[in-house]
Amino acid sequence: MRAGRRRQRIGGRLPLVLVLPALLGLAFLLVPLIGLLAEAPWSTLPSRLFSADVGQALRLSLLCATSATVLCLFLGIPLAWLLARAELPGRGLIRALVTVPLVLPPVVGGVALLLVLGRRGLVGERLDLWFGFSLPFTTAGVIVAEAFVAMPFLVISVEGALRAADPRYEEAAATLGAGRWLTFRRVTLPSIAPGIVAGAVLCWARALGEFGATITFAGNLPGRTTTMPLAVYLALETDPDVAVVLSIVLLLVSVVVLACLRERWISGLR
Amino acid sequence: MFRRTAVAVLAALAALALTSCGDDSSPSAAPSSAGLSGTVNVFAAASLTGTFTQLGKDFEATHPGVKVVFNFAGSSALATQINQGAPADVFASAAPKNLDQVTDKGTPTTFAKNELEIAVPKGNPAKITGLTDFANKDRKIALCAEQVPCGAAAKKVFEAAKLTPQPDSLEQDVKAAITKVSLGEVDAAMVYKTDVLAAKDKVEGIEFPEASQAVNDYPIATLTKAANPDGAKAFVDFVLSARGKTVLTEAGFVTP
Repeated sequence: MRAGRRRQRIGGRLPLVLVLPALLGLAFLLVPLIGLLAEAPWSTLPSRLFSADVGQALRLSLLCATSATVLCLFLGIPLAWLLARAELPGRGLIRALVTVPLVLPPVVGGVALLLVLGRRGLVGERLDLWFGFSLPFTTAGVIVAEAFVAMPFLVISVEGALRAADPRYEEAAATLGAGRWLTFRRVTLPSIAPGIVAGAVLCWARALGEFGATITFAGNLPGRTTTMPLAVYLALETDPDVAVVLSIVLLLVSVVVLACLRERWISGLR
Repeated sequence: MFRRTAVAVLAALAALALTSCGDDSSPSAAPSSAGLSGTVNVFAAASLTGTFTQLGKDFEATHPGVKVVFNFAGSSALATQINQGAPADVFASAAPKNLDQVTDKGTPTTFAKNELEIAVPKGNPAKITGLTDFANKDRKIALCAEQVPCGAAAKKVFEAAKLTPQPDSLEQDVKAAITKVSLGEVDAAMVYKTDVLAAKDKVEGIEFPEASQAVNDYPIATLTKAANPDGAKAFVDFVLSARGKTVLTEAGFVTP
């Protein structure tokens, strides 16, 4: 069954009782962004925009968010498949535990990561002892912190897509002699691709905006761990104008990326 | 059926809203003739957490009817919050610079001085000896960000010692820096003497001579837009009183 994607003509048959709260919701989300643009120091914007700090923080933010998303894809898609398809006992509990990072305050997530992967942590102590490598205060630490908070988005989205996918295609592939890995690669993955893309976009956006877990676990050092949200927070304390500029840059980059992706991929590969 | 439940829920919510409105009608600013009342909102630097919490309890004991509510954070963050309209009655900063950021305030008074000290985890596993270790890239170092008073003072100290520090993290307030030390995540951090004393079961302190070059003066002031100006003045007087001086000195501050 094709999910009909024909646009509804506004004003035709949309009830007012839906339109008014919808517009209110839209205003609620847009007005702060408009306020941000209105407060920007437009006269000094160009010089501030191309300063070294801004470029460094932006590059680091994009690198870490993308790497975190890739990590989440590698780990999250199999996990989602496990939750949707495997007949495990206690699946409900596992699903609940997987969504914990969503409800956990990010700083708490950062503290938890520190207690496990920190230099004196359960796992981190071994890592430090055997390999001389510890995650806190490194760019890898930022990626791990961001992946921790963003993975539930991907897992939930992909699991939902898997559950909604028609199992008959997979069954047909099996009867035609395709192995499980081939079926997964050539039949399942393409059919849930919109779910994967939607989950990956949410995951990327969440990772880009992560602050609490990053500053607690990975610390804050320009060039190594200072992502845009951290730079904005610290700039806000001394020079709010710089903070506004950084916020606008992040806003623009996010909007551009999200706008490019939304239409073409999420509406389905038809 | 659905409509009835919806109406019931809306009625319950409305009743709840009305009762909470009722509670707010009690005046929090008008002082009664019997003494002070209401709430005093105190914004204080993170390094004052232990001392001011104690002073708050003592103040509430001597002034029943008053509640002191604290907001501890980096002084620069607090100054920004106050300028953006946060409801504060008193502001105690870890440096005059951050108090100056606030525009609507009374006359500031210096109530304490604090010096920097090196904090290392208990047992000093990385064998830190002094300031020179801070320039060592192989050591994990935490400093306060320059925007916060502790970071600005650290910068002065390093300039006086002609060292370029190699930090691994610039924390947003001094308590975050010392937490990293007590968790063993960093080998050393530059924090206040008072913070080392407050965390003495988990950290050790190493003094250094250049600390006297960057003494932080802690000013306190009431705010012009205070909702409880009498309570604010009373609290500031309490901090400057003999009891206030005792608590601060015990914690390692130097009182003028």
